[in-house]
Amino acid sequence: MNIVVLVKQVPDSEAMVQVREGGSAVEVEDKYTLNFFDSLAVEEALRIKEQVGSGKVTVVTLGTQKSVEALRTGVAMGADEAVLLDDPALIGGDEYVTAKALAQAIKNMEYDLILCGREAFDDSSGAVGPLVAEFLGIPHITVAVKIEVSSEQRTVTVEREVEGGKEILKAPLPVLLSAQKGLNEPRVPPITGVMKAMRTEIKRLDLAALDLPATEAGVAGAKQEVLRYHRPPERPPVKIVEGEVPDAVRELVKLLKEEAKVI
Amino acid sequence: MERIDVVIVGGGLGGLACAYCLAKEGIQVLVLERGDHPGSKNVTGGRIYLRPLKPFLPELLDEAPLERLVTKEAITMMGDGSSFTLQFTSEKFREETPHSYTILRSRFDKWFGERVMDRGGFVVPQRRVTELLKEDGRVVGVVSEGEEIPADVVIIADGALSLFAQKAGLRGPLPPRNAAVGIKEVVKLQPEVIEERFGLKPGEGMAHLFFGSITHGAFGGGFLYTNSDTISLGLVIGIESFLKTQPPTETHRLLEEFKEREEVAHFIRGGELVEYSAHLIPEGGRTLLSRPYGDGILVVGDAAGFALNMGITVRGMEFALASGCMAAQAVKRAKETGDFSASSLAYYEDLLRESFILQDMETFRDSLEVVENPRLFNFYPRWLCNILEEIFWIGEGPKEKISSTLWRGIKEGIFNIAGLKDVWRFRRI
Repeated sequence: MNIVVLVKQVPDSEAMVQVREGGSAVEVEDKYTLNFFDSLAVEEALRIKEQVGSGKVTVVTLGTQKSVEALRTGVAMGADEAVLLDDPALIGGDEYVTAKALAQAIKNMEYDLILCGREAFDDSSGAVGPLVAEFLGIPHITVAVKIEVSSEQRTVTVEREVEGGKEILKAPLPVLLSAQKGLNEPRVPPITGVMKAMRTEIKRLDLAALDLPATEAGVAGAKQEVLRYHRPPERPPVKIVEGEVPDAVRELVKLLKEEAKVI
Repeated sequence: MERIDVVIVGGGLGGLACAYCLAKEGIQVLVLERGDHPGSKNVTGGRIYLRPLKPFLPELLDEAPLERLVTKEAITMMGDGSSFTLQFTSEKFREETPHSYTILRSRFDKWFGERVMDRGGFVVPQRRVTELLKEDGRVVGVVSEGEEIPADVVIIADGALSLFAQKAGLRGPLPPRNAAVGIKEVVKLQPEVIEERFGLKPGEGMAHLFFGSITHGAFGGGFLYTNSDTISLGLVIGIESFLKTQPPTETHRLLEEFKEREEVAHFIRGGELVEYSAHLIPEGGRTLLSRPYGDGILVVGDAAGFALNMGITVRGMEFALASGCMAAQAVKRAKETGDFSASSLAYYEDLLRESFILQDMETFRDSLEVVENPRLFNFYPRWLCNILEEIFWIGEGPKEKISSTLWRGIKEGIFNIAGLKDVWRFRRI
């Protein structure tokens, strides 16, 4: 069972994010981590490989040198190989071109299953996974909370979350599945894994290796552009109600009713 | 996991220096660091003296991300509303092997960790060592959150409190008398503003110490160091002596008062507070360790209590770096014979004895007793400021001869039993 896992290095939830003057871009503090949902996907891939007892897990990402860390985390957890789509022309694109490049890379690999997170923590679009499946012409099932693979029948049975319940689907391999919280508890990479990951060679694919024209990659090939980033609205200042307790309580209740409208 | 040559507990200066020297020799080494990256939990005032380190890490320090070359030294004695400053500068500070640089550990240690990796060592952050792995009383590795890491030698570099040197039975807990708390703020300012305010050439810096009424009589003082585009300032306060301070106060209050003093306030005016930190500092004096080695184990840096408060200079970082390098030498020798027993690793202590570390600690072993004298903090600075105030003051009445003012001051301050005792004690530094 060969499994490809799509991963992304995203800003840590503790990182400071600021909108640049004019709203053209965001500036992120240098604290990055493997996207949480992707770590679920890596974990699930490792479990499926262990259960089936053969095959390999390959982690794939598109990005700059910084993205190598996401791959190394995947290898530290137990992935066998790591591939970086590495070309300046690939940078700055949207979900469409990103998925296209990823699909080009995966097309030439041996794969039975593709796993990814339900969305990335930074842009939360959740589109790349399904788009990759479309480009490859394979089915996809999103927000999976339980995955059972039958390697004999070459099928998967997947539980996915739907409003107010669960939906159980069956699909033939190869298939793309996106991981939702609850699928598993991702392992903390062992120190031996981290040491191995530090020395692992990262396979790099540029535009030529992907057989992609420059017009269909990065900014040039993107179907959409970001016009503007906005800061979230600032919180109103804290109001401290002063005075004698009975009056202050009366005032507080009034404010909660009329101003905050919470009671 | 397969046995590796050396595992190091803690990615501070001692641990990293040891790892760097080992990796250079082709010895397998793994550093386990609790913080997000080496340096993320480390704090110094601070400045580092380069010359003692040159023989140990010659090429490394040439390219290190240090802040400013210290060419100006200042000490201010603080009275209640008055102060007296001594300032010193010398061309000698600019010699080919520079004397001392200001340093920010978060930046420096992170860079140092990367250099260890370049040399083939492993530095794994966000890992807490939970136990020592023992076999027949010998240390044979560590356990990190359930994962066993067997190793020929374990280097303990876990800092001032060193729980692992204690677990190995090599030392007891750090007594409050031998510990100080350092609290520090980093304030951002334009490099040109720093150079103008302190009268510095580009790239050059100042080290400024303060003592007197700012610590309310507790043992300690204030510091201020100019970095490239920030100023580090704060207080170091002896814990035991602070606990006796009357009326009791809080360290952060002392820091606020210190920053509000005009002597300090004008240096940081308009700056942006970018970092706030606090750290425990071993004050040295007599050694805490029975011995810095055991079967399969060595202790370096603050963990071994290698630090010295010499009153005017407070040193720890050079001791940590140099002891790390010496531990590496001892491991290299032990590896040649395959003998990692205490008697083989005892070579580390021989190296320490021959070096400035144990020699300086011996020379200044009584310095703590001298410099923790409360009169140094609550009497002399006020006394000196009062004399100077009288000398500079022109009042309504007739003025006394300056020599008479001085003589009277000296009689009051020094020619009495307490004063003479203090002078006599000073010979021990």
